[in-house]
Amino acid sequence: MVNFSQIKGWSHDEIARKIAIDIPDGSYVNLGIGLPELVASNIPEGKEIIFHTENGLLGVGPPPPPGQEDDELINAGKKPVTAIPGACFFHHADSFAMIRGGHIDYCVLGAFQVSESGDLANWSTGEPNAIPAVGGAMDLVAGVPHIFIIMQHTTKTSQPKIVKQCTYPLTGKKVVKTIYTNLAVIDVTPHGLEVREMYPGLDKETLQNLTEAKLNFRPKS
Amino acid sequence: MINKIVASAAEAVVDIFDGATIMIGGFGEAGSPIELIHALIDQGAKNLTVISNNTGNGHVGLAALIENLQVKKMICSFPRTAQSVVFPELYFKGMIELELVPQGTLAERIRAGGAGIPAFYTPTTIGTPLEQGKEIREIDGRSYVLEYALRADFALVKCKTADRYGNLIYNKTARNFGPIMCMAAKTSIVQTSSIVEPGGIDPENVITPGIFVKRVIEISHPLSENQLLKENRRYPW
Repeated sequence: MVNFSQIKGWSHDEIARKIAIDIPDGSYVNLGIGLPELVASNIPEGKEIIFHTENGLLGVGPPPPPGQEDDELINAGKKPVTAIPGACFFHHADSFAMIRGGHIDYCVLGAFQVSESGDLANWSTGEPNAIPAVGGAMDLVAGVPHIFIIMQHTTKTSQPKIVKQCTYPLTGKKVVKTIYTNLAVIDVTPHGLEVREMYPGLDKETLQNLTEAKLNFRPKS
Repeated sequence: MINKIVASAAEAVVDIFDGATIMIGGFGEAGSPIELIHALIDQGAKNLTVISNNTGNGHVGLAALIENLQVKKMICSFPRTAQSVVFPELYFKGMIELELVPQGTLAERIRAGGAGIPAFYTPTTIGTPLEQGKEIREIDGRSYVLEYALRADFALVKCKTADRYGNLIYNKTARNFGPIMCMAAKTSIVQTSSIVEPGGIDPENVITPGIFVKRVIEISHPLSENQLLKENRRYPW
């Protein structure tokens, strides 16, 4: 049997690249803080994607060169960014009208857990001694039609993150469309989780062992 | 003659009273009206309810206002940022209340308050712990929670350019909550980096119409919160 704790799978950039390929040309996209930010630097050449940040910028560009950071030009993670030619600024109510009103096409987020019905938990681990903080995550999953998740397949202690039922507090119910992990690309369908692609060399049994929810495998995968 | 320009930050905040509700603009440092907040610390009003996206950084600006024990309650979406050290300490001691509001709901509650809409339905928080205690209604087959508008006695906001009528333009992502907070407060107080004559802002480019603004104070070189954090500064100095 394969010692699956040693399977690293795809790198973060390789996962981000798969997402970037799946987002159609011309889309308006919001990226969560952390891993999702890698999608921006992996967009294939020739594809034009407009990135939205909920603190009021459509047309987020790459980070500025060192020394040229502007404290008043930042992303939702409060990191310095640039604005592309053709970008625009707007206030918070307009920004969330874009989100809640269904105008943003895709959103890429990280996750603590995703359930087999597409429930997402990514804002709180529910620990009693933690200060709750939610930011814009619940608005994003309530309003954006395509929610993609980028994450490691399991926790650092090899516990499944793709579960039957989330045990952490939910961000939204039945909101996730596709899960991209270091080991597989998995669609959430009305018939359950469907594996679209697996890390080369990985077998179905191993992947299932690392996943609490039941996986269905497309004939091709 | 209409002239909303006041001479000092101290004069701008002089009538903020104990127990007032205050909206404070800014998303992290961007748009945070640090000079107005420091003037409010000097002024000393207590038992304030503050509506702001975050809870401040280090020991300056909003964090210093909280540290000075002037705030009894925060209404915000993200109180836990890397550099927020003051709020967590007081929160765990039970010395400050928190009302956690999703960011888009926070923005819309403020906008509604300024627009004379008392409440609205939104899909945000449905199916999550934050829907608890809220009225839920099904509209066209989807569930929504009822959220109430937010209004305030005062708003403290930062902008880039203003005229004596209170017409404003902002700087990049420092705009964030400024325009809607000016609408939702009885007395909105704005610090601006520059003041121009009426007509100096193209009417096509006005972001906040002057009707939403009560006072303007020129702070031509506002402090950089980032710089103060690097220098480990505390307010009062």
